[in-house]
Amino acid sequence: MAAPASSHGVSVDVNGEQIELEVPARRLLVHFLRDDLGLTGTHVGCDTGNCGACTVHVNGEPVKSCMLLAVQADGARITTVEGLAADGELTPLQRSFNEHHALQCGYCTPGMLMSATALLERTPRPSEEEVRVALQGNICRCTGYVNIVEAVVAAGGGA
Amino acid sequence: MTTVTDQPAKTLEKGYVGQSIPRKEDERLVQGLGTFFDDVRRHGMGYVHFVRSPYAHAKIVSIDVSKALELDGVYGTITGDEVAISTDPFFEMSVEPGGLIKDYALAVGRVRHMGEPVAAVCAATRELARDAAELVEVSYDPQPVLVTAEESLKDEVVLHDDAGSNVVWSGVFEWGDVDQALAEADHVVKIDRLHFHRFSSTPLECAGALVEYDRGTGEWTLHCNHQMPGVGAIWMAPALRVGIDKLRFVTQDIGGGFGNKICLHPQYVVLCLLARKLGRPVQWTEWRTDQHTANAHGNERTFLDVEVAVKADGEMTGFKVRALDDCGAFPRYEPLGCIIWAQVTPGMYGWRNIKVDFTQVCTNKSPVSPNRGYSRMQHLWLTERIVDIVAAELGLDPVEVRKKNYVKAEQMPYETPNGCVYDSGDYAAALDLVLDLVDHGSIEERRQEAASRGKLLGFGIGSTLDSGTNNFGQSTLLNPELQFSGNNEAASVKLDIFGEVVVTLGTVPQGQGHETTAAQVVADIIGCSPDQVNVRRGHDTWFNSHAGFSGTYASQFAFTGLGAVKGAAELLREEMVQLAAAVLQADTDAIELADGMARIKDGPEEAALPFMALGAIVNANNAFLPPDFNPTLNHRYVCRPYFGMVDTEKKTGQLTLTYATQIHAAVVEVDPDTGEVEIVDYAAVDDCGVRINPQIVEGQVHGATAHAIGAALSEEFVYDEEGTLLTSNFYDYHVPHALDMPPLKTGAMESPSPVAPLGAKGMGEGGGGGIHCICAAIQDALASAGKPIVSTSCNPPHRVWAMLRDPESSRAGVTVVSK
Repeated sequence: MAAPASSHGVSVDVNGEQIELEVPARRLLVHFLRDDLGLTGTHVGCDTGNCGACTVHVNGEPVKSCMLLAVQADGARITTVEGLAADGELTPLQRSFNEHHALQCGYCTPGMLMSATALLERTPRPSEEEVRVALQGNICRCTGYVNIVEAVVAAGGGA
Repeated sequence: MTTVTDQPAKTLEKGYVGQSIPRKEDERLVQGLGTFFDDVRRHGMGYVHFVRSPYAHAKIVSIDVSKALELDGVYGTITGDEVAISTDPFFEMSVEPGGLIKDYALAVGRVRHMGEPVAAVCAATRELARDAAELVEVSYDPQPVLVTAEESLKDEVVLHDDAGSNVVWSGVFEWGDVDQALAEADHVVKIDRLHFHRFSSTPLECAGALVEYDRGTGEWTLHCNHQMPGVGAIWMAPALRVGIDKLRFVTQDIGGGFGNKICLHPQYVVLCLLARKLGRPVQWTEWRTDQHTANAHGNERTFLDVEVAVKADGEMTGFKVRALDDCGAFPRYEPLGCIIWAQVTPGMYGWRNIKVDFTQVCTNKSPVSPNRGYSRMQHLWLTERIVDIVAAELGLDPVEVRKKNYVKAEQMPYETPNGCVYDSGDYAAALDLVLDLVDHGSIEERRQEAASRGKLLGFGIGSTLDSGTNNFGQSTLLNPELQFSGNNEAASVKLDIFGEVVVTLGTVPQGQGHETTAAQVVADIIGCSPDQVNVRRGHDTWFNSHAGFSGTYASQFAFTGLGAVKGAAELLREEMVQLAAAVLQADTDAIELADGMARIKDGPEEAALPFMALGAIVNANNAFLPPDFNPTLNHRYVCRPYFGMVDTEKKTGQLTLTYATQIHAAVVEVDPDTGEVEIVDYAAVDDCGVRINPQIVEGQVHGATAHAIGAALSEEFVYDEEGTLLTSNFYDYHVPHALDMPPLKTGAMESPSPVAPLGAKGMGEGGGGGIHCICAAIQDALASAGKPIVSTSCNPPHRVWAMLRDPESSRAGVTVVSK
């Protein structure tokens, strides 16, 4: 029996750009984004899929990119935090994070923004409870979530 | 929600200081454009993976790296034997026996905690480094394990042969006459044992660095997330046998620190050695499991044989206690925790007779490091537990007993029994404010309503102080031979050629918004907008804007960090005014700086120089300036607070300078069937004097509260009897998620500090108020269920359930002797 291939070609759309790369079979999607593509806005905060700092969108759905191999994303459309304000204009959610002081160290922020952006796409005016449920997979150790939740609710037009 | 009471006017004129301007840092961070250490890349860099001990205590019989080195793509390895030859042990702060401990960057001959690094491998990729580490063969001879401080104290097993004892440091502190106070008391309340548990703030970004070695100059550059480089270099340079000038620390954005990134010198020394040995940049990013297992835990402390003197009217006149601190396998930052607590010796209370018999020991657990609220939080938890246990046992009201015993506003500034000076504050007013926020008057009604649903409702208060701006001279109370005293921090402010205002800091922010608050202070002083002030990100030794104690720790940026910024900006202002007066041919008194210009007050519109003109004249068009006038428009200032000397005989002195007040209150509901605790109402009031940016202050209160709630209800580093950590990742070590956090109400007061340059006090640590008030609230909730005593700081459902099932066993440790 032949040994399994140790690397594979991957073809992905990342923030609107088509990428073709040969990657080791074991490479995590998060390391593919950070190390191979230099998109360092996506962060790593744990080894276990708990913290959500690495959240990106894969075909529009929020996904923890440390829980996926790069080869599993072959053919997918990926959006990272760098893709949110791709035209240079901050999104209303990004502005709301600034206005509500929803970040301190900023390490969890990319993941929070990606989870919250996905929420706002499917639920444009979320309640506080809906925001908390949507963000339960993202850990923040600085803010106690108070201002993050406020910022997301406000970005949806809520109080 | 923020409530602000009417308080004395601020010490500064109205300006940007005091306003909640949005943070300057955010624009890059919300776009993923921050630069954290792990984002830095260098050509040819190697990735480092540590080989770690699976045993809590074992002799190292042999280490064989040959199979790892055979793997294609492995650049090299390093082991403890090599470290022992090429470095010296780290400097120890303790007197004997702790001072005799030899602590190297890698384990030498013996491992003393699970996860202790015994070797390191450097390879072309992260994955390869990890694979190669698996190929390093280490033979261990397991030894008996010590997992509790009480066991360690017996010295039946000794962890450090050089020290000959597990005791790091011990000493007795006594101020006033506690035996007389106990003799004269109407009630003596005795508590056998209280235990403050082991946890840490677990910043979301783990530790790490990319280290480059320049063979031409012999200098290392560390792109890193060390939060106290000044002191980090003091540890590292002698160990590496080089001058401090050979170490350049560069930090940019840091993903949280909370004190847990202060003791990174062992790992960084390994990286320095590998970078030099292999002739290439080396990079190490700690894994989450490794951070939990082997980086930095908070100090665990057991309080034994507490005796409290109480008068018939509820006045508490003193207490004594034996404190037993567990610093884990090595006293890295220790034994400083054996004295730091003394900054808040009496807590917020007026008792004058206090005796603390303090001992610190090593165990086979992760070393500790400062952790938000460092050492004071443990002691404040003791004082708050004392107050609530006394109140419960003597039938006193927790609110009234606090108000009776709090230091009074009219006593400020108040000198504590050990010579510290509480600079300002009104504790009773802060308590009233927090009581209003949780509608304290309705508690009994809510208790009945909860009971009708089968729930036990409880109310608790946590009164704390966040002491800020350390006097390093307190270390001489532990070891009179230490050559440390005072404190310092530096900053530089310059006006550049096109009028750019550039600020460099010695501090090492990890989310505290220093770029924003420094810009607010500078803008007010030189008359421009904070948008015009470019505060350089992070710390860089080559900025030359640092001092010996540079860093971000011990709640001191508001004092020393901003004090340095203010000092440098004032020097710049003075020169700008002199320059404008010379050019505009006016008196300096007639010059004002405003709107980004220097102009003649009430003068014609053209009698004005934009900052660009001032910068250009000095930097590029200066031939006409007279020879005796040489402005640089570039100023460095070191803020050096004045403390006076400590008295090593009486163990007194001004150990710190500012005291922010933080009073928390919690209302909880306990499910008697499961022991589950739900926080149904919560408020925190903060008084940190002048708030430079109220929104940032409130954010710190939120964060400190979240840490405290996590610590009080779930976060605990649990070890089994073999010294294996059972909570080594975010599955087992549960930190609060968005759904776990109750709504937080906050209130603020402003009692300006009379000693701080801007009237502002450090406040970011909090004093663990949430832990104290949740313990109190659980005890109150369980009062109708056998009245158990809450004697540990972490109360997850199984502990609460145990108290409900067997209240008597906790009550057995408390006795009241009344005369």
